[in-house]
Amino acid sequence: MRITRRKALQSVVGAGIGASLGPLARPALAANKPIRIGLLTVLTGPLAEGGIQIRAGTELFLKQRNHTLAGRKVELIIQDTGGNPAGAKTKAQELVERDHVDMIFGPYAAFELLAINSYLIQHKMPTLSLAAADDLTSRTPNPYLVRASATSSQAMYPLADYAARELKVKTVDTIADDFAFGYEEVGGFQQVFDDDGGTIRKKLWSPLHTPDYTPYIAQIGAVDGVVIGLAGSNPVKFLQQYASLGMAGKHKLLGGETAADDALLKSFGDEAVGFISACPYSASYDGTQNKDFVAAYTKQTGAVPGLNAATFYLNGMVTEAALHATGGKTDDRAALVKAMRATSFKDSIRGPFHFDRFGNVVGNVFMRRIDKSGSGLVNTIIKVYPNVSQFWTFDVKKYLATPNYTRNGTPAKLAQNAAGAE
Amino acid sequence: MKPLAIAAGLAALAALPLWMPGGSYDVNIASQVMIWAVFALGLNVLVGYAGLVSLGQAGLFGFACYVAAWLVAAGTAQWIAAIAAIGFTLVLSAVFAVLALRGTGISFLMITLTLGEIVWGIAQRWVSLTGGDNGISVSTRPAPFGISLDTATPFFYATFAMFVVMLGLVWRFVHSPLGVALRGTRDQPRRMGALGYNVWLIRFLGFLVSGFAAAVAGLFFFYYNEFASPYVLSLTTSAEVVLMVIAGGAATLLGPIVGAALVLGMQDVVSSYVAHWNLMLGAIFVAIILFMPEGLVPGLARLARRPGAAPAAPRPGAFGRTPS
Repeated sequence: MRITRRKALQSVVGAGIGASLGPLARPALAANKPIRIGLLTVLTGPLAEGGIQIRAGTELFLKQRNHTLAGRKVELIIQDTGGNPAGAKTKAQELVERDHVDMIFGPYAAFELLAINSYLIQHKMPTLSLAAADDLTSRTPNPYLVRASATSSQAMYPLADYAARELKVKTVDTIADDFAFGYEEVGGFQQVFDDDGGTIRKKLWSPLHTPDYTPYIAQIGAVDGVVIGLAGSNPVKFLQQYASLGMAGKHKLLGGETAADDALLKSFGDEAVGFISACPYSASYDGTQNKDFVAAYTKQTGAVPGLNAATFYLNGMVTEAALHATGGKTDDRAALVKAMRATSFKDSIRGPFHFDRFGNVVGNVFMRRIDKSGSGLVNTIIKVYPNVSQFWTFDVKKYLATPNYTRNGTPAKLAQNAAGAE
Repeated sequence: MKPLAIAAGLAALAALPLWMPGGSYDVNIASQVMIWAVFALGLNVLVGYAGLVSLGQAGLFGFACYVAAWLVAAGTAQWIAAIAAIGFTLVLSAVFAVLALRGTGISFLMITLTLGEIVWGIAQRWVSLTGGDNGISVSTRPAPFGISLDTATPFFYATFAMFVVMLGLVWRFVHSPLGVALRGTRDQPRRMGALGYNVWLIRFLGFLVSGFAAAVAGLFFFYYNEFASPYVLSLTTSAEVVLMVIAGGAATLLGPIVGAALVLGMQDVVSSYVAHWNLMLGAIFVAIILFMPEGLVPGLARLARRPGAAPAAPRPGAFGRTPS
């Protein structure tokens, strides 16, 4: 059910009538009060495509559960932030102060989450976000945040490991979007790649909305691989221009979680064949739950789900499990977040996962290669790294004491620990 | 009659936290409308009264926002941060003005656009100073005279006080001899020059007034959001505030306020009900251009006087034209 303001008003009026029936009716009404989930997403502007996938993933989950979690009805209130920080703040205020939501799903972009982070903490608002800003579950943690996707750097550690150890890539150039997500992706890659004996020759940063990658492609030198830390539809543009400049096949192409998202496969051409990427979700993962999810999502939207849709489906699963643990109660926000972070799944659409003490996910990271299949392109899973944490195999204390990855800095040395972190 | 109407309007606005149905959320929206209205009032000095359309105004607005955010985040006292934000933004306005006032019309528009984009680029790229795309966030609003502005209603009254003062200042400026001279430079710059007025200086002072309003609005925008990000400096912000002025009615005192309420109303209120609010906003702008090209406020006033009357021919040298 997509809740519009009108529907919400009707239910408020309904509740008013119920309340006027007298004290006898009230306790039953309180128990049946619907749980309100506020969805902060982006439905207009350049980020809208991802935002619409987020909405679809959330709606699919609730539809499958018949809008009932742990015996309580669920109302979903969808808000469009417009993809800007001030909009995110206004809409978060609307959800919290006017709609009195019990939790927030979203927002989408890191800069949106950063803009409302202190507000969410102030209002003790359980928040299940996709926004990948590393620090919010590590150095400057938000105690009410639950992240079922990954930090920006989380999938880059296994990618670097795979590149250095299995693909025997020695030298790479990187190209990434010129904003925090890109810095953290490239920094994460470098952290492990350096340790494993690899070298980053050049780091190229392209503006988020660049129409032309030619000047960047021209700077790519004689290296074994190119690491692509681009988001949105940028990877599609980049690869097309890369191929049209006659570069196809010259380097191993390696990408982060957004660079070869399953939802982008329909837009890639043959130039993307062989592109290897790391992602905490893959539509081709052959768990039973995932097969059902992909089938249902494809039926609902006509498209393959990628990380955006999958994360919000997972957020739904986490919420449901937490509500079972609290007996459907949402009033004690701290207890609710604690229950969310304590959830642990033996299987899900991304395989088994649980959360670390900061509320960030620990689970599979899939290495995929884009292959041609009959109808188009698919991401074939070539290796699964299980139980990947945001801290990889580093010492957590040391990790927390080092500064976050920056645009031009070299990451501080952190010895990898074969036994794993936590 | 007119002062009475203004007083009644202000009184209704002042009582707003008492009668708004949505509680603190609605009060917050009203505060935001006043902040944007002050920003638009300032720009209107340029667009409406000087005939100079600036597309770099977000550079000034956002600069004040950043200076305050940076200083507060660094631990500077709020009042020092406020004065510095306004002071530095005035200096930046003067720099903008010196560069942009080498031309009028399209060249003025393009130079201001470029300057605004430079400020945006610095905020985006000078990550060590500005936090880049992640921006700067703080978690405190100022507490003048020991009154905390953390909740919606006190913040509303602080913003209301600022709004009334700025409205008064802009009114006073527009009706001062200098303001009249500014309109002269819009309509007849060569004649003004021949009469011995320093056209450049008058425009320069007009630019400073406009920059001052942008600085004050930017400061309050920072207080409201407790956050500065490159988005406030973007061309979208500059264009939005120009639209507020033009839609509401350039060269009127009430127009920019109505324009700000219109744009924010669509963006924050209507967007909760209608998915395609952008489309609706666009349609409204088209309707305004078609049926009341002079803007909502003068347009509605015309319709109220003589229903069905055709819009008057644009005045010579009205906004957007290159004065001869």
